[in-house]
Amino acid sequence: MKTASRILGSAFFLEGYEVQDAPRYGAERRGAPISAYLRASHQEIKERGIIRDPSLVIVADETLVPMPAASVLLGLSAQTMLLIHSREKPQVWRDRLNVEGPILTFLSSGGGEDKPGWRHIGTACAAAGARLVGVVSWESLAAALKQELAGFNATSLQENLDNARWAYDLMEPNQGIVVPGRLLSAGAFPRPEWVDLQYEDARVAAPAIHAVMTSEQVETGLWRTMRPVIDSAHCKGCWWVCSTYCPDGAIQVDETGRPKIDYAHCKGCMVCVAQCPNHAIEIIPERGAQSLEMAGKDS
Amino acid sequence: MRVMLTGNAAAAWGARLSGIEYLPAFPITPQTEIIETIAKWVDFGEFNCRVVMLDSEHSMVTAAGAAATTGVRTFTATSSQGLLYGMEMLYTVAGWRAPFVLVNVSRGLASPITLEPDHNDILAARDCGFLQLHCATCQEVVDCILLAYRLAEDSRVRLPVIVNLDGFYLSFTREPVKLPSAQEVAGFLPPFDPQNQGFRAGAPCSQAVAVLGGTAYSYFRYQSHLAALNAETVFTESAALFSETFGRSYQAVESYRCDDAEVVFVMMGSFATKAKAAVDRLRSAGQTVGLLRPLLLRPFPAEAFRRALAGKQGVAIIDQNLSPGFGGILHAELAANLYGHSGCNPVLVSFIGGLGGRDISPEEFFEMVKTTREAIASGSTPPPRLLYTREEFREMKKWQAIALHHSTGEKQI
Repeated sequence: MKTASRILGSAFFLEGYEVQDAPRYGAERRGAPISAYLRASHQEIKERGIIRDPSLVIVADETLVPMPAASVLLGLSAQTMLLIHSREKPQVWRDRLNVEGPILTFLSSGGGEDKPGWRHIGTACAAAGARLVGVVSWESLAAALKQELAGFNATSLQENLDNARWAYDLMEPNQGIVVPGRLLSAGAFPRPEWVDLQYEDARVAAPAIHAVMTSEQVETGLWRTMRPVIDSAHCKGCWWVCSTYCPDGAIQVDETGRPKIDYAHCKGCMVCVAQCPNHAIEIIPERGAQSLEMAGKDS
Repeated sequence: MRVMLTGNAAAAWGARLSGIEYLPAFPITPQTEIIETIAKWVDFGEFNCRVVMLDSEHSMVTAAGAAATTGVRTFTATSSQGLLYGMEMLYTVAGWRAPFVLVNVSRGLASPITLEPDHNDILAARDCGFLQLHCATCQEVVDCILLAYRLAEDSRVRLPVIVNLDGFYLSFTREPVKLPSAQEVAGFLPPFDPQNQGFRAGAPCSQAVAVLGGTAYSYFRYQSHLAALNAETVFTESAALFSETFGRSYQAVESYRCDDAEVVFVMMGSFATKAKAAVDRLRSAGQTVGLLRPLLLRPFPAEAFRRALAGKQGVAIIDQNLSPGFGGILHAELAANLYGHSGCNPVLVSFIGGLGGRDISPEEFFEMVKTTREAIASGSTPPPRLLYTREEFREMKKWQAIALHHSTGEKQI
């Protein structure tokens, strides 16, 4: 997402805009939620940080929509264009989120079930966003893409360019749908509801977590893009190996002595896959795995 | 050349254009990118400088100070907990009168631990003897590093300088930055002339001697103070030369639409550009409001503040820091500076906001002006105000309900 925002940011810059782009990290871990902000204007940009009234919100991972840390819904208004990389139709998201503004959904062309396809979602999102904004030419977008992916090899760069072009073309019917943001007037503004914080006992006000197992409530399994799956035909039940090496303690042992992966908390690091002496753990794309589960075919 | 750069990349470019020769380093978020960027240039043969990874910030600051006293142009960078871990040596090397530049990427201090910015880290280093420059944009990061070397190495000053930039809001934020060419920089920043510094094994000197009794100690400490005070004049001269060379003007206190302003915001760092945006909107709504921002915090630009605030009715000071048991540090410094000066006695209203990177919204800026105007009208100064909304409090209670797993018994407000 950081790279996607840079691609779109550089494209605006090449079009002669003043630009500001910034990623926002939480946990500095692969797969953890990340968002990025982008502002473009013909005037000097003085605002910074959180965008409170976005013109366009692009969601690359639909599982982040309900997560508070991802702030997807922050500031959505009837004017906000919401683009979600999702299989669902726009109406599904409109019903789910009760939002008024325009919604579009799309799937990256290369984003089938194979891992390489997943790498291009960011590029596709940037390209789709560029077309929706309507003021970024393909030439500027392609130049920005080459600039930001300068370290990539020729094949990978070409794949990204092709995918970007596909997404850019896909959005043609909606070119320019994004409405530029308006500045909040200082004349009539909603007054902030400031509160006077009162003293609270240190038993409450010290930054300590007393309740047990709260980390279980954070489903870090959402960070996973690929899923390790234990093949019971080849698993010899030497549970100690995989469960010990799992850095997240996400492999438990069931009553029959077989290891079982806790997918709510497995982050998809694949350490277990590397460690399994019997090569009995496979890697499958997460999205495909979820589809199988939905269809009730997953063991 | 105008390019998109993050604050961290801008800091690396500032160091590169300054022709640094030595970089003692230790990683810490959100600073690490700076040393990584320089190390990568060195690795790829694009830039020549000695990069050494030390075991801690304590050693890193020691190495930087020691290198500077051998006559080598030295740069280093840290953040937050790292700055505090090196704190003992910050005081020590400033006392050596070792001129070098340290970039601090501001980040709120533990506890609770966080990644996002406020100014308690840099203000903890307020009294260590380093000069301090506070950046508001990525462009200023490059420019302030160049200015900082001129300040540090001037014979009237010869003190280390901290250039501060806010984590996330500058460190990871890309903005268009005009990068000067090496030739242009050469005209502004000559090679480091260490004068009588230049420690060599073959020509040793006893540096940082021990003294007993207050006589010698008082002399040396006060000399550091006088050197820091000199830096304001040197800053003005350097900024004039900078403007001549690069066409960008800097003042010790930036004044934005202040001349006819009745109410003035005072704040430092990158959030000040948000205040500028608010000033523009307030002006559009017919309100005469401005902003003052200390780019130079040490030495404190006392006279510049007094000049700018003469005749003003009210000041809203927004401190992105908190001295527990006291309040906002900038508020205190400004109040002390204005006290007893007739013709310069605006109402000072203190706000605490932006702690740990907490956003400050446009409507909050508008409301702060309203509060300040009410104080002007009533002639009574309201108590300091933490920028914290009912919605935030509700969110906090939600997290506490999970963390404490029982009724918190909180007071309803």
